Amino acid sequence: MTKRIAFRNARLIDPATKLDVKGGLLVENGRIADVGPRLFNNAEANDPEIVDCKGMVLAPGLIDMRVFTGEPGSEHRETLESASLAAAAGGVTTIVVMPNTDPVIDEPSLVDFIRRRAAATAKVRVLPMAALTRHLAGEVMTEIGLLKEAGAVAFTDGDRTIANTRVLRRALSYASTFGALVVGHAEDPDLSEGASVTEGEYAMRLGLPAAPAAAEAIIVERDIRLVEVTGARYHFGQISTRASLDAIAAAKRHGLPITCGVAAHNLALNELDVGAYFTFMKVKPPLRSEADRTAMIEGVASGVIDTIVSGHDPQAADTKRQPFAQAAFGAVGLETLLPVALGLHHDGRASLSLVLKLLTAAPAKILGLNTGTLAKGAPADLVLIDPDEPFTVREAELRSRARNTPFEGRKFHGRAQKTYVAGACVFDRKAKA
Amino acid sequence: MTPANAETILKSSHLLGIEALSVGEITSLLDLADTYVALNRGANKKTDVLKGRTLINLFFESSTRTQSSFELAGKRLGADVLNMAVKTSSVSKGETLIDTATTLNAMRPDILVVRHQDSGAAELLSRKLDCSVINAGDGSHEHPTQALLDALTIRRRGRKFEGLIVAICGDVLHSRVARSNIHLLLKMGARVRLVAPRTLLPGDAERFGVEVFYDMNKGLEGADVVMMLRLQLERMAGAFVPSTREYFRFYGLDAAKLKFAKPGALVMHPGPMNRGVEIDSAVADDIEVSVIQEQVEMGVAIRMAVLDALSRGMAREGRNAP
Repeated sequence: MTKRIAFRNARLIDPATKLDVKGGLLVENGRIADVGPRLFNNAEANDPEIVDCKGMVLAPGLIDMRVFTGEPGSEHRETLESASLAAAAGGVTTIVVMPNTDPVIDEPSLVDFIRRRAAATAKVRVLPMAALTRHLAGEVMTEIGLLKEAGAVAFTDGDRTIANTRVLRRALSYASTFGALVVGHAEDPDLSEGASVTEGEYAMRLGLPAAPAAAEAIIVERDIRLVEVTGARYHFGQISTRASLDAIAAAKRHGLPITCGVAAHNLALNELDVGAYFTFMKVKPPLRSEADRTAMIEGVASGVIDTIVSGHDPQAADTKRQPFAQAAFGAVGLETLLPVALGLHHDGRASLSLVLKLLTAAPAKILGLNTGTLAKGAPADLVLIDPDEPFTVREAELRSRARNTPFEGRKFHGRAQKTYVAGACVFDRKAKA
Repeated sequence: MTPANAETILKSSHLLGIEALSVGEITSLLDLADTYVALNRGANKKTDVLKGRTLINLFFESSTRTQSSFELAGKRLGADVLNMAVKTSSVSKGETLIDTATTLNAMRPDILVVRHQDSGAAELLSRKLDCSVINAGDGSHEHPTQALLDALTIRRRGRKFEGLIVAICGDVLHSRVARSNIHLLLKMGARVRLVAPRTLLPGDAERFGVEVFYDMNKGLEGADVVMMLRLQLERMAGAFVPSTREYFRFYGLDAAKLKFAKPGALVMHPGPMNRGVEIDSAVADDIEVSVIQEQVEMGVAIRMAVLDALSRGMAREGRNAP
């Protein structure tokens, strides 16, 4: 029997098809069967399950290109299942998971493991990235062809920068053979060795080991040159400085196949939020100066930044409850990604449609996915958003197994109310409450 | 001795590469080689074309196949052949290439066959020596007799070069065999395709005037000849390709990939083969498609033709006259 769901009375926003209208959407067997302003306007649809959206925003489910989990290897931090629960609550229907696990995802069989494990346990779609170099050691490239066939959507050493330029050149060259996407982390490993925060007055006053912001742009510029040489498709996972933004803007003007993302926390927080050695503010790349933070917002508004990611990196309490320099890097972010991004809309820095584009259509395009759109025939990955609902982040309410949010106690407007993956409801805020 | 009226074939007194040869020179060498194929298949394989001449094989890289092929070619033409064992000579004691050349020159050889790991080594020797120099492979530059023997094999299989589609697959970046074959095939009117991962292709490969394919099935589509290149062991372990199993999966010639080539396409390999890396045994040993053993036979004939052709130049110049 055909499973049908009718969404009515919604504000449909689909950046992929430039749609922003009041109307309805019909889901049949997990796919979008119809969408448009006249759908279910008047008559009650007779057979299907009806969801009255009450004028709220119905958008494609979010795609988060940068999620770290602890599975396999450190399941106490986060499993694929717990990450997926956090994702669903955040309106995220696809998470792209990093290979920085134990063991590292650098073998076709391990890519297969992630996919099977996710299929068995996760509530949202899980797409694995595979390592670009074996054991993330930055020395020997992985079997990019076989890993891609196994289902790896991109290749990355996660939060590690490949120091050896020759290794990276060959890896990029080899990846381009298969049209594979390479995702890089830009932080000069020598300059940033041992550093906890970005260099500046505040770091100086705190007496914390710091790395200059230039440590990022140095690698961004280097990698741009290598993309020029190799023709590889390259995505900077997270950028955080104006210098990086300017370099990428120039590279894009030259037509290089380069894209970039920014973490939500680099849009919302700056170096001063480290406050009194608050280790939940210790992230990679670090929170930057206010000038760099506003540059990131400019980058979103101008279109140079392609996607906003959570950079979700769950850490157990014991690794965060440490002197700042010894504490682990990372912040959870799946449940705050959308609220932080909506902040740009509320502050008048970006339209709602643009904000959603960076969370749906843009990552889908970078990854070559058929999701991230409300187009007819697309998988029914949907999020119902109340863009104005005020709420306060409470770590105790997070679904993530780890609670290291940098936004504890912060007030936001707007979050996911219901989340659907392939037409199945995976999160309903009312039901939870 | 070559009769004084024998037709001149090569303009140069050396054979350093294919790039400098004309279509006429190549064709004449192939024609001459045909006569040596016939001779080699007879009971008496010996002539006196190089009688009294001295040929020195100077191989800085070990090579059983090419060295013995040249040795046999020289002997069948009546020359005295000396194999310089580089590993036990003063070269391995730190002598420079020029010093070695000067020493050899004093021995008054007529032909020096040289293989060296550095591109341009044969060229350098040809400038320092009075004898004819044959390049038996210099670094990643040229290996002219290999391209000639490949051409002879193709031609004797009844294939016309004009419009022939030849797919050269594998480590083009480091391959002198590939470069010599590209030059020869393009000169003769064939269409050359290169098939390899980007790490094994020169960045400007298209500038040769060839088509480049990263997808082997597409590169083999409609090909008349599939030339496989050897992947050096030290290049398999991660620097240029991640693993041999991945290389074989995407760039190893097996029956499935060969199906994309034209029915009856010839499969060639300069040897020695890495079975299960660049070529599947089932293909390499299939006498219906593989001409790999024929290539070895043609190697001797083509080297006899080259030695013969160079000796004609010597006769003309009266060089080293007795």
